[in-house]
Amino acid sequence: MQVIVNGRLIDVPTGITVDGLLMQLNLAEERVAVEHNQQVLDRGAFAQTVLVEGDVLEVVRFVGGG
Amino acid sequence: MDQLTIAGKSFRSRLMVGTGKYASLPQMREALMASGAEIVTVAVRRVNLDAREESILSYIDLHQYTLLPNTAGCHTAEEAIRTARLARAAGLSNWVKLEVIPNDGTLLPDPIATVEAAEQLVKEGFVVLPYTTDDHTVARRLLDVGCATIMPFASAIGTGQGLQSLERIARIVDVVARRVPVVVDAGIGAPSDAALAMETGADAVLVNTAIAKAGDPIAMARAMAMAVEAGWLARQAGRIPRSAVASPSSPEVGRIGADATAVQS
Repeated sequence: MQVIVNGRLIDVPTGITVDGLLMQLNLAEERVAVEHNQQVLDRGAFAQTVLVEGDVLEVVRFVGGG
Repeated sequence: MDQLTIAGKSFRSRLMVGTGKYASLPQMREALMASGAEIVTVAVRRVNLDAREESILSYIDLHQYTLLPNTAGCHTAEEAIRTARLARAAGLSNWVKLEVIPNDGTLLPDPIATVEAAEQLVKEGFVVLPYTTDDHTVARRLLDVGCATIMPFASAIGTGQGLQSLERIARIVDVVARRVPVVVDAGIGAPSDAALAMETGADAVLVNTAIAKAGDPIAMARAMAMAVEAGWLARQAGRIPRSAVASPSSPEVGRIGADATAVQS
């Protein structure tokens, strides 16, 4: 199935969790924050949140800024 | 130098620094260290899915620094609230430097949307440090909705033009009346600007570009730290009033070759 991550279509296995998605994106070790269909997720919910076709995710991190 | 307190947390340094625009992350880390700052701002951006990029957090010791995520790039209150929630969800800080800036050209804040977003974020338990204009009525509104600081600009972000109006900053300092710290943010170009902001009554200064883009960012970070401390001490010491007439610092009597007739008479 496909989900949209940061505006881009990504192929993922059916039933994947947010944790699984971060692992697939090589972001498991990163301090990221995730918005799932416009709802910000607690980090504790990454393992339980199962994605479905067409879900929209924003995955963000901290960068330099003023 | 007594401490700066924001939302119950105390800091020795009255200089906050940004982490943007450095030539490299190691250079940023060195500049942070040289600045003595204890509060550092960061931005929130999408992860790059094409290239693995080094994490800025590897260069910011979170035992040493309080992280102040910003909502830079947000044009509306809604975007800013969404970004603040994401920043908090990273689990490192519930502080937010609130920026609602509708115009990417001027980078001047939307005061009405800033007050709206601040009110909502305070309700959600954020410690809100709003970037605002130098208008004292807006400062008053931000205070009323529970902001933890008021952060008026010196001049537009990244311009290095320094304090455009000392009177307007002084008015904000009066209106806020030490209920929360006033932090002069944006437009600081040189240590003299930072010192002047502190002398005018600011409790702290936030600097990014003036350090990051200086010829030697590490030396400039030190210079800014010294200027902020000097300005703060000067404010506590109390400067002399400006006078229209000159008055000599050396005694007027006992000068050599003084008028002999005056002595003889």
